[in-house]
Amino acid sequence: MTEARTRSSHYLLLWLLLAPALLWLFGLIVLPHLDLALLSFRERTGPGEYVFGLEQYRTFFAEPLYWDVFVRTAVVSLVATALTLLLAFPIAWTIAKLTRGRLSALLFAVCLIPFWVSETVRTLGWMILLRETGVLPGLLVTLGLTDAPVEMLYHDATILVGLVYTSLLFMVVPLYGSLESLDDSLIEAAYDLGGNGWTVLRTVVIPHALPGITAGCIVVFMLTLGNYLTASLLGGKNSLWFTEQIYTQFITRFNWEQGAAFGFLLLALSSVMVWIGLRLSGQRFADVMSRT
Amino acid sequence: MAETPDQDLEAKALLKRFGSHTAVDSLSFSVRRGSFFSILGPSGCGKTTLLRMIAGFIEPDSGDIDIGGRSMRGVPPNRRPVNMVFQQLALFPMMSVGENVSYGLARRGVPRTERERKAEAMLERVGLPGSARKRVDELSGGQRQRVAIARSLVLEPTLLLLDEPLGALDLKLRERMKIELKQLQAAFGTTFVYITHDQSEALVLSDQVAVMNNGRFEQVGTPQELYYSPATPFVAGFVGANNRIDGRVSALHGESADVTTAEGWTVRAQRHDALAAGDAATAFVRPEVAVLGRSVEELAMPAESAVHQGVVESLLFDGANSAVLLRESRTRAEFRVALPQTGRFADLKVGETVMFSFAPERAVCFAAGARHG
Repeated sequence: MTEARTRSSHYLLLWLLLAPALLWLFGLIVLPHLDLALLSFRERTGPGEYVFGLEQYRTFFAEPLYWDVFVRTAVVSLVATALTLLLAFPIAWTIAKLTRGRLSALLFAVCLIPFWVSETVRTLGWMILLRETGVLPGLLVTLGLTDAPVEMLYHDATILVGLVYTSLLFMVVPLYGSLESLDDSLIEAAYDLGGNGWTVLRTVVIPHALPGITAGCIVVFMLTLGNYLTASLLGGKNSLWFTEQIYTQFITRFNWEQGAAFGFLLLALSSVMVWIGLRLSGQRFADVMSRT
Repeated sequence: MAETPDQDLEAKALLKRFGSHTAVDSLSFSVRRGSFFSILGPSGCGKTTLLRMIAGFIEPDSGDIDIGGRSMRGVPPNRRPVNMVFQQLALFPMMSVGENVSYGLARRGVPRTERERKAEAMLERVGLPGSARKRVDELSGGQRQRVAIARSLVLEPTLLLLDEPLGALDLKLRERMKIELKQLQAAFGTTFVYITHDQSEALVLSDQVAVMNNGRFEQVGTPQELYYSPATPFVAGFVGANNRIDGRVSALHGESADVTTAEGWTVRAQRHDALAAGDAATAFVRPEVAVLGRSVEELAMPAESAVHQGVVESLLFDGANSAVLLRESRTRAEFRVALPQTGRFADLKVGETVMFSFAPERAVCFAAGARHG
């Protein structure tokens, strides 16, 4: 009897502790998404008259602009993720394997410091550096490398630079975790058995770090795909980023139904990409998430 | 190319410093082909540095290493005819047992089918047939040990280096692996260089043992030589159990000397160094060299032997290695005597007074602070 009572009070406590998280999940994520889902399947037949239908999704596939922007966003995000991985790997390796103690902590702090500034300010910083009258084009003219200042903003490369810069830390942290746990004697053993730098990386280091690599790639890919600020500020009007299309539908065109459908397509895209990523790397979602 | 074909390893004036600390101090030695060579020393004596220099992970400051008659100067670890069994074994957890064993063959570009055949044959030789598909964590500690050795030996190295590979195992398994290691080495005939701080491992396994201290070899010899004729006080104290008696030389008797402690206890031991009366000296007497008796007659020693008297301080029962810790009656000096296997002293009690004696020629004394390399 008393045991049953303590058990039920344990459950009560558990539910109370979980309540904020559950409320947050349900109230801010599940409910709005349900509403958006319903919205996305609505067709307007007349003023204030709606019927259930797939019109919004049909528009997406019928209109080449939407489809092109969608694919373009996915491809640029993939490229940005790959570049971030290439750039973050040596950084994580240096912090995890080549430095010890204070120096390693200092390097971590150096990676973290840019994040003390808000993303908007950081992106504006890039604009100051790269715009036609900015620091870098001016420097190139001074050095005599270009005759006139070059506009460095509003290129795809500029968007990539901004995205990689914003995502770097989210790749370095999981990579550091998985590289740090790699026993140095495994690397030495691989060398001792005749491996060289490349084969040791391919056969020992990468397989060991794969959960961290996958985790970092998933996080960076999702952040990049859903990024609005960097793409629109550095890419300008022509950035053709899918989140901008969603923004336009909701805010400019006030077509909530279309915007909701786009939102769901983006969600589907990121889910499919994550699934493909996990299948390709042979990782399980739970293992990877425990690394992030 | 091979000028000394019977030597698989030759170190020439090998020197390595870390800051002001000399880890390996102008060391020269050679290891005969097919032998089991151990480097025995306390932690921090430089044995790991020495091993890592042979493997190629550390470059010596000066001196040279010849392996199989070829200088290893500037040769990276992956190009040396040497393989290493690491302290924690360092098996690749992301690969199967078979992939671990064939890892080195794959790096040499051996085709897959031949690789698998060789790996399977090697696993069979180390007593693990049919386990190529198993995961590393499915194996027991002893089996992993064998995989680590198989992974190295499949490459047919000139030299196999072993870095205290038994250290992580529990006592029972360690005893068994000692025997297995010796049998494996005999079966393969590969030269083994083994480092350890465990004198029992070194004595049981080796053909030759080098006792290392402060970056130098104190003595290189067979286990029997080290045990019965230690060349330095360090070897006498480090290899096997020994009673250490510090004092000054009070008298010389031909080959022997009397060493008298500050408290006034005198023992007689064979002189290792040229000693003169008054010199500071250290005598070593092994516990099994001394005999125990309840009367002078029971000692059954020659009439001229010195007889000492002691009080039983504690009984150290350890099966065949049982001993008794005595306090010399007059000076309270500690002295350990092995108990005979006959069970004659099974009824010995703490506090009992007994006689003990030993033949001076089976004890040894050194000039205190003497160095021999």
